[in-house]
Amino acid sequence: MSHYDVEAVRADFPILREKMYGKDLVFLDSAASAQKPRQVIEAMVNAYETGYANVHRGAYRLSALATDSFEAARGKVRKFLNAASEKEIIFTRNGTESINLVAATYGRKFLSAGDEVVITHMEHHSNIVPWQLLRDEKDIVLKVAPIDDQGNLLMPEFMDLIGERTKMIAITHVSNALGTVVPVHEICQMARERGIATLLDGCQAVPHLPVDVQDIGCDFYVFSGHKLYGPSGIGVLYGRSDLLNAMPPYMGGGEMIKSVTFDKTTFAELPHKFEAGTPNIVGAIGLGAAIDYVSAIGMDNIAAEEDELLAYGMDRLSQVPGLTLVGTAQRKTAVMSFLMDGVHAHDVGTVLDSEGIAVRAGHHCAQPVMDRYGVPATARASLGVHTNHGDIDRLVDALGKVRELFG
Amino acid sequence: MSELRELYQEVILDHNKNPRNFGALDPCDHKADGNNPLCGDILTVYLIVDDGKVADLRFEGKGCAISVASASMMTELVKGKTVDEAEKLFDAFHHLCTDADLPDVPEGLEDDMDTLQVLSGVREFPMRVKCATLAWHTMHAALAGESEVSTE
Repeated sequence: MSHYDVEAVRADFPILREKMYGKDLVFLDSAASAQKPRQVIEAMVNAYETGYANVHRGAYRLSALATDSFEAARGKVRKFLNAASEKEIIFTRNGTESINLVAATYGRKFLSAGDEVVITHMEHHSNIVPWQLLRDEKDIVLKVAPIDDQGNLLMPEFMDLIGERTKMIAITHVSNALGTVVPVHEICQMARERGIATLLDGCQAVPHLPVDVQDIGCDFYVFSGHKLYGPSGIGVLYGRSDLLNAMPPYMGGGEMIKSVTFDKTTFAELPHKFEAGTPNIVGAIGLGAAIDYVSAIGMDNIAAEEDELLAYGMDRLSQVPGLTLVGTAQRKTAVMSFLMDGVHAHDVGTVLDSEGIAVRAGHHCAQPVMDRYGVPATARASLGVHTNHGDIDRLVDALGKVRELFG
Repeated sequence: MSELRELYQEVILDHNKNPRNFGALDPCDHKADGNNPLCGDILTVYLIVDDGKVADLRFEGKGCAISVASASMMTELVKGKTVDEAEKLFDAFHHLCTDADLPDVPEGLEDDMDTLQVLSGVREFPMRVKCATLAWHTMHAALAGESEVSTE
């Protein structure tokens, strides 16, 4: 019994009607970037055709309409994350920019030499490199919490890293390479009791789990629109307003100012203080439509459906001869990384592609995770709201062809 | 499966399973690491050049079937050639992997290019061209005295 009408959802995704090498497309790479339902595509076309102008500027009606649509999208994001205020929702280009913004503003202002930032071994490069840049500039210390062979975060070892100098815990909510769901509620509660700031990378979480930033208790939460069935080029930074107010601006320019003279500039109020320049107007509108889309299905329903599908997929894959699953944490979502005995992930990807099946093969921008398991790459099949049991069956059948070819 | 069989011909599968001249060459006088950041493949090419000739070469590393087979075949073909011939073969092979039209085959290397023809299937898989040429770029870098090459 499905938790929603998966077939109706599939019909919403025009790309699923495409053929690859004459075969129906099986898209199992939503973790890299999700496909777009027609509701998102139409909302963007509609915005360009009937409601486009620059925002927060014009005295004319069209500009007011565009501003309303753009700000309505912010309202949808606020509700989606259950943030306290729309002022706490900053539009960025993507999750990467959101993390860089926090590292470059909060990090530069509030962290000094010897202060410590704790990350985990399963971060995406986008939650490693910004902190390394800050480390090189400010002489802060970057500490990495270990994971076990299944991909669970080792909590006692994590707690051992937390000390007097810990000023920031910046961790993923869901691992993109392993699918592990990190116990962020407990971690953020502990951090709050100790006065440590927290940033969660939610790029792989928001498409699959209901997220309530106030319930989690994080200070910052970031995600990308394109992984949530929205367009690329639009991302979100949620930040607690007291922190955002205390932070210096990230970029200077139009939109983020109150007044400018050559002597002095005063900055705009939140959220515009962090949105220099003309924003991705229609991107935000598309993201708003994507949030409407998943919200209409219900994030609880999506989570429940994908959980069952993941269990089915993990079970079927575990029975494929010569296949090893990488990432079998107790709590995981939507991601199945695996290795085939004696066959490089890239070759697996090419054979699956020839069967019309799109998976990611590579290091998933998480090279430390690959190093942890001593492999250069894995193949990764990831689920989306449109994935059904037939997709998993096609994957398993095609893996038989990998065996056939490589013996 | 037909394009796939074109890409993964028996010769390639065989070289992948049993790569020739695999392992470190110590001592050697030319060495470089090749890195394909797209897929995380990394391999090392070792050479001994004596009197302008490649007296010996070996490779080691991890890679997909295409990159391993290409490296393995390269070591077989280049051994005993002059450095100049090795570079000409690299150039011709690069064309073979990327150009729709067959490259002009340098004189004296016709048989070698025939052998390398099995790798021309990558032309249909643009994502895999870098796999096929990684070892060759690495050899080229080693001969030029560079210690590292990246295909990005």
